[in-house]
Amino acid sequence: MRANNTLRTTVLGWAVALLMFFPIGWMALTAFKTELQAVSTPPVLFFKPTLENFAAVFERGDYLKFTLNSVLVSFGSTFLALALAVPAAYRMVFHPTPRTGSTLLWMLSTKMMPPVGVLVPIYLLFRDAGLLDTVTGLVIVYALMNLPIVVWMLYTYFKDVPREILEAGRVDGASAWQEVQILLLPLAWPGIASTGLLNVILAWNEAFWSLNLTTSKAAPLTAFIAAFSSPEGLFWAKLSAASLLAIAPILVVGWFSQKQLVRGLTFGAVK
Amino acid sequence: MKTDVLRSSLAAVVLAMAGTQAYAATTVTIATVNNNDMIIMQRLSKQFEAANPDIKLDWVVLEENVLRQRVTTDIATKSGQFDVLTIGTYEAPIWAKQGWLAEITGLPADYDLDDVLKPVRDGLSYQGKLYALPFYAESSMLFYRKDLVEKAGMTMPEQPTYDDVAKLAEKMTDKAAGVYGICLRGKPGWGENMAFLSTLINTYGGQWFDEKWTPTIDSPEWKKAVGFYIELLKKYGPPGAASNGFNENLALFASGKCGMWIDATSAAGKLYSKAESQVADKTGFARAPVAVTPKGSHWLWSWALGIPATSKAQPEARKFIAWATSKPYIERVGKEVGWASAPPGTRASTYANPNYVAAAPFADFVLKSINEANPNDATLKKVPYTGVQYVGIPEFQSIGTQVGQAIAGALAGTTSLDDALKVGQAAATRAMRQAGYLK
Amino acid sequence: MSQTLDSSRRTLPLVAPSVVVLFLWMIVPLAMTIYFSLLRYNLLDPGSRGFAGIDNFVFLLTDPAFVTSIWNTVVLVGSVLILTVVGGTLMAVLFDQEFPGRGVARVLAIAPFFVMPTVAALVWKNLMMHPVNGLFAWLLSSIGLEPIDWFTHYPMLSVILIVAWQWIPFAFLILLTAIQSLDPEQKEAARLDGASGLELFRFIILPHLKRAISVVVMIETIFLLSVFAEIRITTSGGPGTDTTNLTYLVFQFGLQQFDIGSASAGGIVAVVLANVVAFFLVRSVARELKPGA
Repeated sequence: MRANNTLRTTVLGWAVALLMFFPIGWMALTAFKTELQAVSTPPVLFFKPTLENFAAVFERGDYLKFTLNSVLVSFGSTFLALALAVPAAYRMVFHPTPRTGSTLLWMLSTKMMPPVGVLVPIYLLFRDAGLLDTVTGLVIVYALMNLPIVVWMLYTYFKDVPREILEAGRVDGASAWQEVQILLLPLAWPGIASTGLLNVILAWNEAFWSLNLTTSKAAPLTAFIAAFSSPEGLFWAKLSAASLLAIAPILVVGWFSQKQLVRGLTFGAVK
Repeated sequence: MKTDVLRSSLAAVVLAMAGTQAYAATTVTIATVNNNDMIIMQRLSKQFEAANPDIKLDWVVLEENVLRQRVTTDIATKSGQFDVLTIGTYEAPIWAKQGWLAEITGLPADYDLDDVLKPVRDGLSYQGKLYALPFYAESSMLFYRKDLVEKAGMTMPEQPTYDDVAKLAEKMTDKAAGVYGICLRGKPGWGENMAFLSTLINTYGGQWFDEKWTPTIDSPEWKKAVGFYIELLKKYGPPGAASNGFNENLALFASGKCGMWIDATSAAGKLYSKAESQVADKTGFARAPVAVTPKGSHWLWSWALGIPATSKAQPEARKFIAWATSKPYIERVGKEVGWASAPPGTRASTYANPNYVAAAPFADFVLKSINEANPNDATLKKVPYTGVQYVGIPEFQSIGTQVGQAIAGALAGTTSLDDALKVGQAAATRAMRQAGYLK
Repeated sequence: MSQTLDSSRRTLPLVAPSVVVLFLWMIVPLAMTIYFSLLRYNLLDPGSRGFAGIDNFVFLLTDPAFVTSIWNTVVLVGSVLILTVVGGTLMAVLFDQEFPGRGVARVLAIAPFFVMPTVAALVWKNLMMHPVNGLFAWLLSSIGLEPIDWFTHYPMLSVILIVAWQWIPFAFLILLTAIQSLDPEQKEAARLDGASGLELFRFIILPHLKRAISVVVMIETIFLLSVFAEIRITTSGGPGTDTTNLTYLVFQFGLQQFDIGSASAGGIVAVVLANVVAFFLVRSVARELKPGA
């Protein structure tokens, strides 16, 4: 009975996992086919893998430059967002005022503004500030874009930090900033890390601002993929290769850090 | 300890950001479409950089719609992010009128501007001044599969009519074998389905606006032309026709799934290349079909390189665009990539070159189509606008795209033809009223 | 009391930067958008710029596509929420049990969340759902059925499927964490009392997940209201206006027609609508989330 159950769960679990992963796996497979194999029916499962698509993709754009920009932008914006959000969340949790609740909700509601509606104002501001096509510009946009979510996640996470420890520190005459630095950060590190991870993922995948506010110097991988989204003739294999290159770094980061991510993704929901 | 890590990583990020902004040579930022010809240009431009060590080229290669968005936002806000823009015959005069483009002057003597085909040059000029140099130019024509026409026991006239097309499509269609008699653009957009449909409507005797700028989308000519188009595609077209644009159809035809396809002459190079097409030796061509009138039955388009007035590297940019549209450049593509891939439609000298004519059996035919397309006289009745497959006013992008969406809806079967045209007429009227053409 | 006041004053500098930058980030573009929404302003024709009053709003609200787009937004957000919460819950229950290779299987199952929307849409459109060369077409025709032309005949369903595929892992991750925090003894006790698997789920697990589900609904709604890349790449809002959501409509005004006046008006309307949604959502969900409430 028990063994039977486990078998059923195993089969079901793996079936679901493979089903979810299938489009990505198929894309990865297609990236190593020739263009003619990629569109042949019935689909080719066994073939001699080729690297010609990757060569074609590399020739068309400086993949490393795009990747470097993606890394700078997503990690830079995450640091900036955390730097702003940690103190704010600390205060909201440990020194709440009557307005704390509504401030938190108001922050979330700023996320609801559709980016397209404010593109032209932002574009004009960036032009005048000289921020167009700069990594700094994108870092600022992404940090602000994700700040509400970051504050909220940290808020729920800090809630779980035992107050007594902080209060003990306060008695010793620590300033607010020391309190954050010495006591809170080490205690809440897992939560901060997973908040940061989610922020990195969101920034990495953002495709609207990155396409519209950059040209070439600061363009991240989302712009790289835009050059392949509808080329001429047979392009399935090249498209797959470019896609694989664009998502591979974040996929690896995500997989290695998924335990961390899971721990922090609770949004205080498990309580 | 952890904050130290945080601090040093922040410092690293800041340093890296500063590092990416330092350049020595003059940088020319080029915005271009991800078409094959442009990709070849990008590859060959290394030779330009080698010959001009003081110029560094920065490429922004985007899909057509994204490119248009990006470039228009930039030039209209005078942000000066680009030094070379890839624009078409639609944009060139409109943008020149706004003063957004730098006039093209001071070309090297050996550039031989008179060698550039006149209709193309005219299309890129405003008030007699030239604002962009053509990279390639195209008209439209009909491609067909010689083997399938033969199998059907029929022949393709040199100047087919749309009735001929319907008959041939019926005979060629063999859905079980995955062969569809006719492939046409269905993807909504003024430069996608409406480009083809405008030529179809022209030849059925219709037009976009009457002399007083009143839209005529609900006219009998439109109904007849669009009705014919929908029925043809529904009966003999491939599944998913409503989302097929130029590239999708090219892929379909090249993989042997289409009997006929009416589209840009610039597709010929790819269809006749053995590396890119499974039907290279079976492809034939004929003039774009006609119905009531031959006027406006085939279009004229050119992708060209222009320089925004805001560019800070105009001399360098001019040097590059002159290089990329020159006779030696075309020679170079011919020699290094293959003559069938040489950029077509821009220069008389290309068509006088025996190498090109030998590699491109369609050469004379394309030249004739381009020379005959007349944007100033493309409709049966008189109209206040220029353009064959578009209307040369800024509002047309919006109107064309909305009408295109409505028709794509009718093609997909979600609305009726009458409703779609009614929606299109209403949208066009609204837009023209908002823009002040109509009271 | 005085101590609270003191501490709140002392720590004000900690919260101020976030609030100030967010306020600026919201208010500056918003003010500019309101200003533009009152102008006749087409990027392509800067000469005709002038005061337009409420014309842009009238123009937008009388557009037949406007009502459609609101409805499409509701359908899209609602369907994806249902699919992801149900799918995520079922997967969470499944992955809560031990089985060989569970860790690896979980890694595979959450992978779609890391894929950028553009890539997800391209892969589904070209490799999976393409009516001629796609895998689904081949599967159907190999069992003798006519291939389905997804984006023509089931455009909204197709978009919903793609978006749901991307967000199920997110719901799954949060719900899995929540299930795993459930006291195992409680489950064991219920089982000893003779509760069936279904009863266990209905009376023990589901109530425990209520809060986590609220979180999923809230976060996803924020992102789903502005789904854009998936629509642009697969259907361009069509056929007709069948998959035009509000974000896409504003995009069409702003970046396809370059009518900044109308796009700004659309932006304002979207902000207002989003805040209406936020009001109800935040009130009901946030009550769940506020500690001690």
